Amino acid sequence: MSWILIFEQLLNGVQLGLTLFLMAAGLTLVLGIMNLVNLAHGSLYMVGAYLTLAASQWTGSYVAGVLLGLAGTLVIGMLVEVVALRALYDRDHLDQVLATFGLILFFNELVAMLWGRASLYAQLPQYLRGHVELFSGSSYPVYRLSVIVVGLLVAVLLWYVVTQTRLGMLIRAGASNRTMVAALGINIRLLSTVVFGFGAVLAGLAGLMAGPIYSVQPGMGELILIQVFVVIVIGGIGSVRGALVGALIVGIVDTLGRAFLKPMLGAMLSPTAGEAAGPALASMLIYLLMAVVLALRPAGLFPARG
Amino acid sequence: MLEVRGLVKNFGALRATDGIDFDVAEGETHAVIGPNGAGKTTFISQLAGNLRPDAGSVRFAGEDVTRLPAPRRARKGLARSFQITSVYPEFSALDNVALAVQANAGHSFRFWRRARGDASLTAPAERVLDEVGLSARKNTLAANLSHGEQRQLEVAMALATEPRLLLLDEPMAGMGTEESQRMIALLSRLKQKKTIILVEHDMDAVFRLADRISVLVYGRVIATGKPEAIRANPEVRAAYLGED
Amino acid sequence: MKTPRLLLWSVSVALLVALPPLVSWLGQPFYIDLVRRIMILAIAAVSLNLILGYGGMVSFGHAAYLGIGAYAVGILGVYGFTNGLLHWAVAIGASALVALAIGAVSIRTSGIYFIMITLAFTQMLYYLGISLELFGGDDGMRLKSKSQFGGLVDLRDPVAFYYLSLVLMLGAVFLVHRIVHSRFGMVLRAAKSNEGRTRAIGFAPYPYRLAAFVIAGAMCGLAGALYANHTNYIVPGLMSWQQSGDIMFMVILGGMASTAGPVLGTFALLFVEEILKGWTEHWQVILGPLLVLSVIFFRRGLAGIFYKPDA
Repeated sequence: MSWILIFEQLLNGVQLGLTLFLMAAGLTLVLGIMNLVNLAHGSLYMVGAYLTLAASQWTGSYVAGVLLGLAGTLVIGMLVEVVALRALYDRDHLDQVLATFGLILFFNELVAMLWGRASLYAQLPQYLRGHVELFSGSSYPVYRLSVIVVGLLVAVLLWYVVTQTRLGMLIRAGASNRTMVAALGINIRLLSTVVFGFGAVLAGLAGLMAGPIYSVQPGMGELILIQVFVVIVIGGIGSVRGALVGALIVGIVDTLGRAFLKPMLGAMLSPTAGEAAGPALASMLIYLLMAVVLALRPAGLFPARG
Repeated sequence: MLEVRGLVKNFGALRATDGIDFDVAEGETHAVIGPNGAGKTTFISQLAGNLRPDAGSVRFAGEDVTRLPAPRRARKGLARSFQITSVYPEFSALDNVALAVQANAGHSFRFWRRARGDASLTAPAERVLDEVGLSARKNTLAANLSHGEQRQLEVAMALATEPRLLLLDEPMAGMGTEESQRMIALLSRLKQKKTIILVEHDMDAVFRLADRISVLVYGRVIATGKPEAIRANPEVRAAYLGED
Repeated sequence: MKTPRLLLWSVSVALLVALPPLVSWLGQPFYIDLVRRIMILAIAAVSLNLILGYGGMVSFGHAAYLGIGAYAVGILGVYGFTNGLLHWAVAIGASALVALAIGAVSIRTSGIYFIMITLAFTQMLYYLGISLELFGGDDGMRLKSKSQFGGLVDLRDPVAFYYLSLVLMLGAVFLVHRIVHSRFGMVLRAAKSNEGRTRAIGFAPYPYRLAAFVIAGAMCGLAGALYANHTNYIVPGLMSWQQSGDIMFMVILGGMASTAGPVLGTFALLFVEEILKGWTEHWQVILGPLLVLSVIFFRRGLAGIFYKPDA
């Protein structure tokens, strides 16, 4: 097991973590401010991936595809909010879960109707293909590196907005005590719509960036959504900082676990043990982590509400 | 029966309970009064076990209960009524009280027999409802009771657990004159048999019912004594009665 | 309101009893299979109603026990154990144990955390199921042998299996009915209605909720064992969250906190699915919005049309 391999897997973990962060940030804020559980967030991720794929092919340009994909995701996100989610803000979590579950079924099938059920592979432009040598002996995909860069940029942008702007202050206040903010005369509906739009774009961005790595298919949103939930539970509801920390932890633990648990078990116990238990244990790792965190900190690591 | 020493509770920078010493003797009715925001409900919540104090101790019938959660304290005989009505709205008044009776009747891991048909639960419940004057409304859903009747139900539920100490948090909150008189009459009857801590704003009730009064201002007890002494106390008049 | 309810139940049961001979005579034996499938899943819905409808615990991971029960039957079959009672005992026992483990951790949380954590644990079991290459992994496994009950009932006979499922469904309904009206059930419902008040009179909700969670899991495990016998094929997808969502819909659609609700909801949802499947292979694109609308507009559920839910 070389250090280079570990380093590369660590980078992969960071890349997964930042992808999860893009999803988690929007979801945790909507949950924190509007107390809305939105399972269809994963559908926006999927929509972003599909729209970008389609737009890139149609226009022939990757950049145009990305911009159209993001814009389209924003529009669809806003539509969903107005048509379905507005009616759910005052309902209890159970109703929200069920209604947004219905939305998932709808979007998955819609996407299958338009593009079929088979996995699609997104094409990358020339400048994003290939590898780059980070240091001697290591060769890391350019694309994954760019995902990390974009993810970090977004994290910095979010940090700036949330901590240095008035909007960010309203967001943090809303996540901490919604009634009070509303009582102070702030239009909490508008605030939440803005936050929701933000979150939709982030989800779409995560989806279009994930496409080339994980493949584009119906139901791809749900696969990542559950991990996003784990991130939010670990990080704490309503907290962007918690989403970042939680996402990085989950991304790194999951990636390293999948890469090294099997060989580690194989080395420590026996090759057959590694073969049998390795993958199973690796996929369970983040859930066990979540259970442990919850046992120690029932409200997550950085809960927004006191 | 109840001994509180050096109770402290902070909410961030706010010191809601600032080192309270407090005693209640058996059979006594001890009222706690004070202006809004003095920390009365915070104090009661720490006695009942809904809030953990940051410092200090609570001893109940000689036992240290400071770390005990609310259900355990209730089982030891410390019953509470809430300032904001907290009953089971979709159950009938009888069901509400029967649940309190059931809580007092050992464990409830019985899965088969109908609880509603169980006379060992409904008979004591009906007696308690009778005592508070709600017999006529026993089959009415709690949500459909008038505000005053709901307050009576609050007291009934506290009573039904056969407590040694009753913590009544503003039982007359929001009541009109007639309803208040009825509640005062009920409490006068209860006084004879129970030890009561009564938090109230209604001065009429307080001076008629209390054996002793403690005055709470900004989380501290500024005076404790018999009603006449409290009435005459200049500090109390300034801080509280003057504003009433 | 006792007589109308009893009457409705009697009529419904009579219809269900009469169904096999009736549809056989009409030349449509397919309905025996369909209704049998509905009744088996209704058992799962009835079990979820105990903790969700009456207990207020939004468990998004209930399908896990369908999977555990089904895999119990499948795995035992692979190793040559075909005794039906053994199948049921293991299905129920394993589900109860897993429910105990998951519940012990999850029930310490509440609200949105509880939803997410039950979802996450089920997903964990789903991945476990996928990774078990020995038992088919992603593709699942074929049932080697149905549960055998000696001469008592032969599950290979569709009609006999149908009546067995009917009896078990009615048994489940009756059991849950007794439980929710017992002292235990009252505590559970009180904790849902007003947790603060429940603690104030001296009940700690946790042990009661955990017990209900285990009972519900065990009952759903039995449904899983029956389901494996029905479909003859066991897939990890039985434990997926989509399946959990389906069961939740059966409970909600029918009306929570009512005895008949989950049964009504299961029949309604699965009949609608069958009809939609007949129209188009993309039936989910219609079902999805239907479900959304039903949640937004249909608060009381179907049972609310017939009578007020139990207080």
